[in-house]
Amino acid sequence: MSVLVYTENWDGRFKKSTYELVSYAKAIATELKLPLVALSIGNVSEAEFSKLELYGADKLVLVNTEKLHTFVAQAYTHTVYQVAKAENASVLLFNNNYTGRSLAPRLSVKLNAGTATGVVKLPASYAPFIVRKSIYTGKAFADVELLSAVKILTLNQNSFEIRENATGAKVEVREVEVLDKHLAAMPTKVEKASGKMNLTDAEIVISGGRGLKGPENWGMVEELADLLGAGTACSRPVADSEWRPHHEHVGQTGKVVRPNLYIAIGISGAIQHLAGVNSSKVLVAINNDPEAPFFEAADYGIVGDAFAVVPKIIDAVKAMKASH
Amino acid sequence: MKVLLCISHVPDTTSRIRFVNNQTQFDTTDVQYIISPYDELSLTRLLEIKEANNDLDITIITVGNADVEATMRKALAIGADDAIRVDAEPVDALFVAKQIAEVARTRNFDFIMTGKESIDHTGNQVGEMVAEFLDMPSVSSAAWLEIEANKGIITREMDGGKEVVEVKFPFVVSGQKGIAKEPRIPNMRGIMNSRKKSLEVVPAVAQDTVSVISHYELPAPKGKCKMIPADNAAELVRLLHEEAKVI
Ligand SMILES: Cc1cc2nc3c(=O)[nH]c(=O)nc-3n(C[C@H](O)[C@H](O)[C@H](O)COP(=O)(O)OP(=O)(O)OC[C@H]3O[C@@H](n4cnc5c(N)ncnc54)[C@H](O)[C@@H]3O)c2cc1C
Ligand SMILES: Cc1cc2nc3c(=O)[nH]c(=O)nc-3n(C[C@H](O)[C@H](O)[C@H](O)COP(=O)(O)OP(=O)(O)OC[C@H]3O[C@@H](n4cnc5c(N)ncnc54)[C@H](O)[C@@H]3O)c2cc1C
Repeated sequence: MSVLVYTENWDGRFKKSTYELVSYAKAIATELKLPLVALSIGNVSEAEFSKLELYGADKLVLVNTEKLHTFVAQAYTHTVYQVAKAENASVLLFNNNYTGRSLAPRLSVKLNAGTATGVVKLPASYAPFIVRKSIYTGKAFADVELLSAVKILTLNQNSFEIRENATGAKVEVREVEVLDKHLAAMPTKVEKASGKMNLTDAEIVISGGRGLKGPENWGMVEELADLLGAGTACSRPVADSEWRPHHEHVGQTGKVVRPNLYIAIGISGAIQHLAGVNSSKVLVAINNDPEAPFFEAADYGIVGDAFAVVPKIIDAVKAMKASH
Repeated sequence: MKVLLCISHVPDTTSRIRFVNNQTQFDTTDVQYIISPYDELSLTRLLEIKEANNDLDITIITVGNADVEATMRKALAIGADDAIRVDAEPVDALFVAKQIAEVARTRNFDFIMTGKESIDHTGNQVGEMVAEFLDMPSVSSAAWLEIEANKGIITREMDGGKEVVEVKFPFVVSGQKGIAKEPRIPNMRGIMNSRKKSLEVVPAVAQDTVSVISHYELPAPKGKCKMIPADNAAELVRLLHEEAKVI
């Protein structure tokens, strides 16, 4: 038996969330006394893939078939399935992102496996197998017991610390069967996001609401974000009014983000907005209304006019950077 | 053309989330139920397609006990043509997906649509599971959908990137934000008509239970918000750096 972790690549590279996932998978494998097999599908160099040995993978299986260079849920599912069978995997792990949430449910059907999506910590126990997941868009947690022989988990970003645990494992290239019928949903056009920071990957997010009055006032938000290497986000009405692009909308009906720091500027803190951000480690609210509900959810708050406060913050960050 | 739209019946977004019976059950006191927002947007897009080409029958399906019928009637009032309720508690996602797949297997739909995720258990999994049960291609997180004679043209949006997929019938697609602008509100005529529309109740098929929730928990209450005077914004930066250690 083994623990199998699917390690997604972006243009041939891994992200911090991949290392978090491999570290998490290693902790489970260690507890179960099973080897950890990492699987990568697509155009990844052996040099890049072999880095995962550092975080505890005992075996590195690379499937680099040309037909699988673009993600298609059915074809990737069939690939993971073949490797899971060959490695006799009893636990399968994915990141809780677009691909993980496509593959995990499909494999759940193929392997008759119980699945917990959006898990936030290590299992509380292994027999029975109980793990905590986020529900109600981050408003609550559920402890789910997986009753099946094979178990599938998708891990929320920023929920587990990267741990080094070198094994010296070497990459093994493997051939798999790819059926043409599984490639039916192959994209005909792929447009990558333009250079900008991917919001769900950002460690810091600076977000603006209707209190900023209009799109012309986002200069200071972007300046602060650039200084801190942060992503920018917004409330729903801001995206709906097309002050900002839709992919910046966070909340119950937008993106869920879990950065270390979320700074909300001119956002009232409606329950639907908070649902998408309240798993952030530290929340800061800047609002000119002392009664704004955001202050009840925030760790730090400033009551004041954003147009006076934010420039001062920018100056202070610049001063801090200069003194380091 | 025929589409099966999966509708999840969920607590309103403003509901206070609480649990009872030693934190093992969701507290339904004072909770209003709604059509899950992504399902409602998906329904809206399907109605736009129906109106544009005059050839789309929209059947909705919900797995749930009789309580969900009010939510289903609302979808019929908005404009769905008929409804199927699988009479069972939705015990877990695999169970729900199996029920939907079994109904679809016997009734030849050209495609199946779900929301990206339900806003209660936010599993984001039922659509892909249905697709796998039926061995169908799937496109998740669709921000736009066009239907032509024998195929769908779907735009997926992920983190600012975009993909266009053309896929022949039958397929499963899940709708997210962008698929329609605003959800529709039922009008008086819709509400009157909905009473005459068919809402068929079918029994559930067997499926192993593979997961069970043993306990719910609310996030630990936050400590008090530390207030910083507006004229001393530099203090915020110091605290974030030295105390919270996040910058
Ligand atoms: C089904 C449903 C789903 C929803 N989903 C989402 C979602 O996913 N995300 C989301 O964000 N919303 C969502 N909403 C909307 C949500 O209820 C709120 O309406 C929205 O979040 C409010 O946005 P806001 O805070 O930017 O605007 P407002 O509520 O108008 O707040 C603006 C804030 O700015 C402050 N302000 C004004 N001027 C200044 C100034 N000069 N300096 C500092 N502060 C100032 C004001 O005091 C106020 O608190 C949803 C609603 C529904 C019904
Ligand atoms: C009383 C109760 C007890 C529960 N106990 C458990 C438990 O013990 N263990 C457990 O794992 N889960 C439990 N659940 C969760 C329940 O099984 C979920 O409804 C199921 O997992 C699907 O929700 P999801 O959030 O995963 O759906 P998602 O995959 O997020 O939903 C995606 C889409 O699938 C469709 N969809 C989802 N649910 C339905 C439905 N019921 N009917 C039709 N279409 C649907 C909708 O189009 C939706 O937009 C319980 C739920 C209830 C109400």
